[in-house]
Amino acid sequence: MNNLGITFVATALMLALFFFLVRYDRHRAVTAQVGFFRRNGALVGTYLVLGVGIWMLFTFIMPMVFMVDLSFHHKLPPSKVGGPEDVYTLDNYRMFLFGSTTSTDSLNWLHLRSFFMTIFISILITLVTFAIAYPLAYYMAQVARMQVLRLLLLLLVIPYWVNDILRAFAFRIVMAENGFLNQFLQGIGLTHGPIDFLGQNIALYVALCYSHLLLMTFPLYNAIEAQDHNQIEAARDLGAPWWHIHLFVVMPHAKPGIASGMTLCFMLTAGAVATPMVLGGPNSLWFTPIVYDRFYQLFDWPQGAAYAIVLLLACIAFVFGVLKLTGLKLGEITK
Amino acid sequence: MNAQKINSALVSLYLVLFFLFLLGPLLVMAVSAFNTPSYPQVWPIRGVTLNWFVQLFHDKEMLEGLRTSVVIGVSVSILSVAMGLAGALVMTQLFGTSRAYYYFLVVAPVLIPGIVLGIATVVFWRDFTGLLGLRSLLYNGTVLTILAQSSFVSSYCMLIILARLQRFDVSQEEAALDLGASYPQVFRDVLLPYLRPAILSSAMLGFLTSFENYNATTFAILADKTLTTVLASRVRMGSSPVISALATVIVVLTILAALMFEWVKRREQRRQWSREKEARESERLETA
Repeated sequence: MNNLGITFVATALMLALFFFLVRYDRHRAVTAQVGFFRRNGALVGTYLVLGVGIWMLFTFIMPMVFMVDLSFHHKLPPSKVGGPEDVYTLDNYRMFLFGSTTSTDSLNWLHLRSFFMTIFISILITLVTFAIAYPLAYYMAQVARMQVLRLLLLLLVIPYWVNDILRAFAFRIVMAENGFLNQFLQGIGLTHGPIDFLGQNIALYVALCYSHLLLMTFPLYNAIEAQDHNQIEAARDLGAPWWHIHLFVVMPHAKPGIASGMTLCFMLTAGAVATPMVLGGPNSLWFTPIVYDRFYQLFDWPQGAAYAIVLLLACIAFVFGVLKLTGLKLGEITK
Repeated sequence: MNAQKINSALVSLYLVLFFLFLLGPLLVMAVSAFNTPSYPQVWPIRGVTLNWFVQLFHDKEMLEGLRTSVVIGVSVSILSVAMGLAGALVMTQLFGTSRAYYYFLVVAPVLIPGIVLGIATVVFWRDFTGLLGLRSLLYNGTVLTILAQSSFVSSYCMLIILARLQRFDVSQEEAALDLGASYPQVFRDVLLPYLRPAILSSAMLGFLTSFENYNATTFAILADKTLTTVLASRVRMGSSPVISALATVIVVLTILAALMFEWVKRREQRRQWSREKEARESERLETA
């Protein structure tokens, strides 16, 4: 059976599981349920089935299943696909862990280090972004007057729709060797020579933080805004110090917003393609350019798929880690 | 009180620093778009010029990319609203374990990095179109990008529509049914008008998300070019004030759109206030 066959079978199994669960739920329901097409009418019913079907099957499930299957294959010329040489293999994953078969190193340090650095720095950037965004979100949600709030929201929307490449480009102008920031720092006499922000990857980290600052701010603002201000007043009247109020009154209430902002921020930072491409120094070791190179430098799609899956697994692990840590359900962080 | 004064000074300082960080880089870039040197720089200002804007509007590759971006954006927006709406409506009709299973699947695209979705789309459709014999028709960058972006933009649309749907009063639907409306009629005359604001805002968000997307696009676009991929290759080649000029145009357009949105919202609010006032007046007259 070829890759597409496996994909269709796996997709059919997922569909069958879904219909089995629907039947099971109907069976358990106390009240009698109206049938799907009787409830929606033939026309709307068909639209719903087609809409969800095309979306889920053709743009999501089948491509993902196919990619997973492909990652367990060798790179072969089209004529040999499906032939006797087309066997299942773990070589692409072995490549990630131990390097190519000709390498003498025990582990593939280059890729492993880049992967773990990416994850580690993404977590750090997520935390820093949270620390920067939280005071503003709190200020807007609980302190600011209506007029001030309107102005702040307007100011926040402006950078929101500027795309990642232009943001990175802006940072390249600001932080270049003879750029604005270096001129400024030397002008006021704080530094004597130019600082190599780009080569040291400082520009990359700052720009990643910048790009996801707003994605952190909006969920936080929504969550904090929903809290009754009287609760905060009550805590203050009872003599709670300010950090007590934030740690034990505001943050527990805003937990879904915090989790949702952090998940988004981490996922987009670890998966960022544009920013490392524009701002990565010569010794930048972001993971996404390595994945990109599998595809468009080596043209080894199965290996690229395997590397993409490694990145995906890291993101899934992060999401589940956040859910476990906060005790929330998936539905609560995706609002 | 002295402590309060220090406190409010600290808050102001923080706000100023925050917005300096947020808007400063964009401001620097905008200034470099008007400066004469061909390497984008802010200081010293050697002369004010609009030359970079003129070059931008004569840049064939960028205009071509812009056209593709708009085609993709509009298609993604239409497809995603249709699919997201269906997804949200199906969600309200499920319960128990099947609902949890379904929810996990329709939300997953939001939590998956765009680069992974782009890769999955390309590798699947290369073989799938070959099987269908439609490779020449469907296997091109524009179609693949629409497909790749739709998978997660639909999830965004679904979440927006679902949020409004959850506040829907089912008794409205029941009343319409009791009065003899058929199901398609209820859908067209009750549900859709109620969901209109959510549908419009998700269409808008869908277009903008698609327009500025790079992560999924860079894999799915193959030989075609969108504005973001043209930009990326330009930025990679080197810095030019033409790019600053483009960014300035985008920022100005965003400001205008935001102001217009604000104006429409205020007008609506004023109308509602006057309507409420009218209603109160007439109520007072009636009871008097």
